[in-house]
Amino acid sequence: MGIGLTHYLVISAMLFCLGLFGIITRKNAIMVLMGLELVLNSANINFVAFAKYGGLNIQGHVAAIFVIILADAEATVALAIVLNIYQNFHHVNVDEVDKLKD
Amino acid sequence: MDLFTIIFYLMAFIIVGSAILVVTSKNIMYSAFSLLFTFFGVAGLYVLLNADFLAVTQIMIYIGGILILIIFGVMLTTKITGVDINSGITGKIQLGIASVLTAFLFVILAFIFAKTKWFTGANMPSQPSINQIGNELLTNYLLAFEAASVLLLIAIVGAAMIARRKH
Repeated sequence: MGIGLTHYLVISAMLFCLGLFGIITRKNAIMVLMGLELVLNSANINFVAFAKYGGLNIQGHVAAIFVIILADAEATVALAIVLNIYQNFHHVNVDEVDKLKD
Repeated sequence: MDLFTIIFYLMAFIIVGSAILVVTSKNIMYSAFSLLFTFFGVAGLYVLLNADFLAVTQIMIYIGGILILIIFGVMLTTKITGVDINSGITGKIQLGIASVLTAFLFVILAFIFAKTKWFTGANMPSQPSINQIGNELLTNYLLAFEAASVLLLIAIVGAAMIARRKH
């Protein structure tokens, strides 16, 4: 039995669940961001796997490129916000940040 | 057991092992460095899936861009001299509930993936994909392409605006 579509899908499901676990269990905002990157990567693996095996062809690659673009923009703005939170609160624990302005 | 299979399982091992390290490590710097191996493993999977351009993009953007940004964020928001560099795990009860929930979700997802009869079209021929991607981006996806470039511009300006010191 060779490597087929299902193998890639299971790998991406594993990566998705690990990313979700990271997002749920961490308090540090940067760790939450890392979990988010894992989730986005798992979605990308699915797109590219369907591009090869599911007849999605080059469209899957284009969708994956747009996901990468969005992940980059999101990471930039999120880290800017995290830096701002650190200036105001001197920590980046997302569960203790409950004021918009002090 | 041909070479393709061996490399696939090697990449899968790298991805899953380093992702587990990312989400369980106590030190946030170790998490950031494990993320490097996860991204490399995903790039390897892209190579196995005949996506050469995406593999290079993954290495250039995720490792050269996002990971560097994350490490900068770690260094700017932790006290480097102190021991306060932990990644902040929530309580034991939340940890248990979260692991049970995500394991359950993984079992469900894997079950669905294995049981579904996916439409498998003709396998994509293995040829360089840069030409086709360029054609698609500038014909069918032109509007989305332009919107993405405007989005990136706004993200740059907005990030610089937000992160600036206000005094």
